[in-house]
Formats: sequence, C-alpha cells, structure tokens
Amino acid sequence: MKKQLLTVTGILFCISFLMMSQTKPVQNTLKASVERGKKVYTERCLTCHQADGGGVQNMNPPLIKTKWVLGDKTQLITIVLKGLNTGVVIDDIEYHNVMASHADLTDLQIADVLTYVRNSFGNKAKAITSAEVKAVRAKLK
Amino acid sequence: MRQVFHKSFYAALAFSMLSLCACANSDDDSTKRVDVQAGDITLKLPAGFTATVFAENLGSTRHVTVNTNGDVYVKLARLKNGKGILRLRDKNGDGKAEDIMGFGNFAGTGIVVKEGYLYASSDEEVFRYKLDANNNVINPDKPEKIVTGLLSRHEHEAKAIMLDNNGNLYVNIGAYSNACQVLDRQKGSPGMNPCPILDSAGGIWQFKADKLNQTYGDGVRYATGLRNVVGLDWNTQTNSLFVMQHGRDQLHDLFPDMYDTKQSAELPAECMYELHQGSNCGWPYIYYDQFQHKKILAPEFGGDGKKEGGQDAQDPVVAFPGHLAPDGLLFYTGNKFPEKYKNGAFVVFHGSWNRAPEPQEGYYVVFVPFKDGKPNGNWEVFADGFSGGPQLTASGRAKHRPCGIAQAPDGSIYVTDDNKGTIWKISYKGK
Repeated sequence: MKKQLLTVTGILFCISFLMMSQTKPVQNTLKASVERGKKVYTERCLTCHQADGGGVQNMNPPLIKTKWVLGDKTQLITIVLKGLNTGVVIDDIEYHNVMASHADLTDLQIADVLTYVRNSFGNKAKAITSAEVKAVRAKLK
Repeated sequence: MRQVFHKSFYAALAFSMLSLCACANSDDDSTKRVDVQAGDITLKLPAGFTATVFAENLGSTRHVTVNTNGDVYVKLARLKNGKGILRLRDKNGDGKAEDIMGFGNFAGTGIVVKEGYLYASSDEEVFRYKLDANNNVINPDKPEKIVTGLLSRHEHEAKAIMLDNNGNLYVNIGAYSNACQVLDRQKGSPGMNPCPILDSAGGIWQFKADKLNQTYGDGVRYATGLRNVVGLDWNTQTNSLFVMQHGRDQLHDLFPDMYDTKQSAELPAECMYELHQGSNCGWPYIYYDQFQHKKILAPEFGGDGKKEGGQDAQDPVVAFPGHLAPDGLLFYTGNKFPEKYKNGAFVVFHGSWNRAPEPQEGYYVVFVPFKDGKPNGNWEVFADGFSGGPQLTASGRAKHRPCGIAQAPDGSIYVTDDNKGTIWKISYKGK
C-alpha cells in the first residue's frame, strides 16, 4: 500500500516536472505580446473601455488614437499602475470616471496589455517591454 | 364524486379565465407596433402613435421641460456656442421648432419650468429665471442662484431637479462612487461601513424653491441610499416624488468568483422608488435582485449573491433589468393618449455600457401602467429604435441615446437624445 502510494506520488512528480520543463519561455515578439495582452484587456479593461476601445460617452475615455495611448510610455504605464481619478479631456469631451489601479498585474502583463492597446483599434505604436514597466514601478515606490 | 366536482369546477374556472384573457387580448391592440421614420432612424411605436423630429443637432440635450404656452426648454450637458440652455418655439404649429434661442453660461442636466420660473442646474448649483407675462425669460444673463456648493466629484455629477406643488425643490446629489469601497472600483478594496459619502451625496436633498444661495445646511436630506438618480418626477396623484436609481456596476469585475459576466450584465435591477421624507433605498449596502425579488447584501459588505440585507431599506416600486441607465421619468397626465396611459410612467433608458462583454441593452422608452398610484401590470417597451438597429444596440455604439422626457400642453411628449442632440415629438393620432 505504502509502496503504491510512493509510486503514484513519484509518477505525479515526474509528470509535473515534465510539464514545467515544457513551459515555453516568454515570447518577445509583438504578435505574442499582443495575443497575451488581449486576454488581460478582456479581463481588466473591456468593461469600461469596451471591446472596440471606444470607451463610454462622458465616462470612460476612448483608447483610439489619443496621445494618452500613443504618447509618453512612462505616463501610460503610470496610469495603469496608479489608476486615475482626475478625469481626462479628449477632443473637448471630458471623461470623468475613476480608473482603478492595476498594480497587482505583473510587469509582463502590463507590458502585454499596453502593447495590445497600442496596436489595436487602429492604433500603431512601439511595444512596451516588461523592463520598461519594471523601471516605472521602481520609481513610483 | 366530490373530487370529480372539484375537477370539473376548476376546469370550468380555468376555461372561463382563459376566455376572459382571450377577450381582453382581442380588444387590446397595445402589442401591435408600427414603424415610423423619424429623422435618421425608424422608431417602433404602439399602433396609433407617430413621431416627428422637433429639432436636431442641438448638442448634448439632457432634460427637457415644456411651459404652458408650449415653449420647450432643454438643458445641455456641454455648452454650445457658449450657451447651456435652449428655448425652442414651434411658431406655426407644424411640429418643428423654428425659433431656437440659447442662453445661460453653465452646462448641466436639470431643467424644470413651473409657475413663471425656469429652474436649471449645473453640476454644483441650481439657478432660476423669472419669466414675464408673455413667457419670455426676463433676464437671461442674470439668473437667481437658488442652491450652491453641491458636491461634484468625477462620478454621477448630474444634478437632476424636480419641484413639488408646495414650493420645494428636490435635487439629486449622486454618490461619487460605485459601491462605497475604500478605493472606488478597485478589486479587493472593502466597502466603508458606515459609508461616509451618504452625509453629503447618494440621496435627494430638499430645498426651498424661492430662497437664494442655499447650501447643504439650508436643505434637508430628503432621501438617502440612492447611488444616483437622473430620471425623477413628481406624481400628482400620490403627491410624492418618484425616482429612478442607476444601480451599481461591475459585480463580475470586482467579484469574478461570485458573478459570471451574464449575471453581472443583468444584475442588479434598475429600480423605481417612491420617496417620502426619510426614505432609505439601501445603497451601498444592498442591491435589488429582480430574479430573487430580494434585497441582497452587497459583496463589498460581506454578501455572497444570496445573503439578504437592508431590513431598514424600502423595496422598489418597479425593478427593471440591470445597467439600462434610466435618465428620464414622466407621469403622463394628459388626455390625448389612450386611457391606459393616464397617470402611468414613461421611463427613458439611456442605454447600458456595463453589460460588456455581453451585448448592450436599452436605448428605449418604456411604459409602466399605474392605477391609484401603484403599478398596474407589466412594463412594456413603448418607443424603440433610437440606437439605429440591433447591432448598434448590442455594441453600445447607439446613434441616439434617449435621455429627457416632458409632456406638452397638447398631450404629446418630447424625448431628447444627448448623443446627437435630437428632440422627437411623439403624438397619438388614433387608429
């Protein structure tokens, strides 16, 4: 009985070891980052900014071709890490709703979701790397 | 034998009830709908009704009010050409406004005309303008300031207003929060108990309609536990204030283990409440679940989707599907619509955003029949099609977003749209 248990445990251990060793290293291509970022977007951003990135009238700002998304990377990363409660004005329209902080996401998740946003909804801008997120996070602490 | 009698008795009863229903149905054509082209959309209305575009491209037209002479006043959420109020006159009675005049240098939502005064709100203040004997605004650049210093903090800023027949002004002060968490809309942040927001927001305040420069200390917190109210009306039958609450958002985003996206799209109910002084509607501690017909303890305050709460909070008069955003309320007191509309409630739903990733919903006007001051039968969609089609409804990219509603002296109603600035006039022309 004891032996059997040991064998089962051993097999399980081997399986999990094999699975771990098969985990792919993080792909750094734009395509891979955008794909991972879309998942984060769906989970964290979609309710307010909507599936098409168009936001909600007077409440949640659009993410389409604005300087907030396409401009300064540090500012963009800071918004995700700290949230925003001052409202923003885009094309003379004020968007008031509070954005929560998403600092609980990993550096890679934040890099991915921002890369996704910067390369979706008609946007085209350079990817954001997890190193860049890490650097901004360190400064904010 | 007895059993047989019972059986046949019940069968007969059931049969007679069925035939009664059938009779009622065959007489009632309220379910028939007609398509009416009105500007760039086709409105679906009950048979016998028609709609025309009264005015369009006005800006962000929010609430609307009609004077006894037929003048229409509408409030703009954003200034247009520096003006925040428009007066629209249909001089030749063709159902279109030919004479449009702007005044007022503040943006906002609330507007009510009553007994020679026009009241209008910004997001912090309420003003009034005196009208002369010919119904013209006497001093359009110098309104009296009735209320000042109201909180406006990035969420639920609109100060919807209403007057009773006793010289009182009611002002919604929306909660600057979704569910009174320590950190608004932050996953994992607990609810504050007691909720400190309720001291100065999250309710309806009552002020004197004719006293200048009132602020919190001069007013009364008339009703509390209301997250945000935009649609509201004074019911002259019950002599009481009815309001439509915008229910809380993001049950799934904040508590994914308790609510899936579908539940989060449908919950909680958008509620109609009848208020009296001291009313408490329960926000943020509870929400109303229209499927369980219960006040459910909010998850930020220890709820799990099933635990009840709010023993001290009142029940809604009507519970509508979640997130439809009721922005207008009107009790119809006219004589021009069929009898069933008399004293019933029209509710204007601005349309949802918080249903994503599920399809969005709303962008229509519904009707709730009332009898003796209480709902009498189910609500139904009265005017649909403002979005421009089912796909534009589902995506939330509606062409028009209905907002305000008002009754004209001729018995028709006006409905505004704050997306493109259209005002429709809906009338009954008979069968």
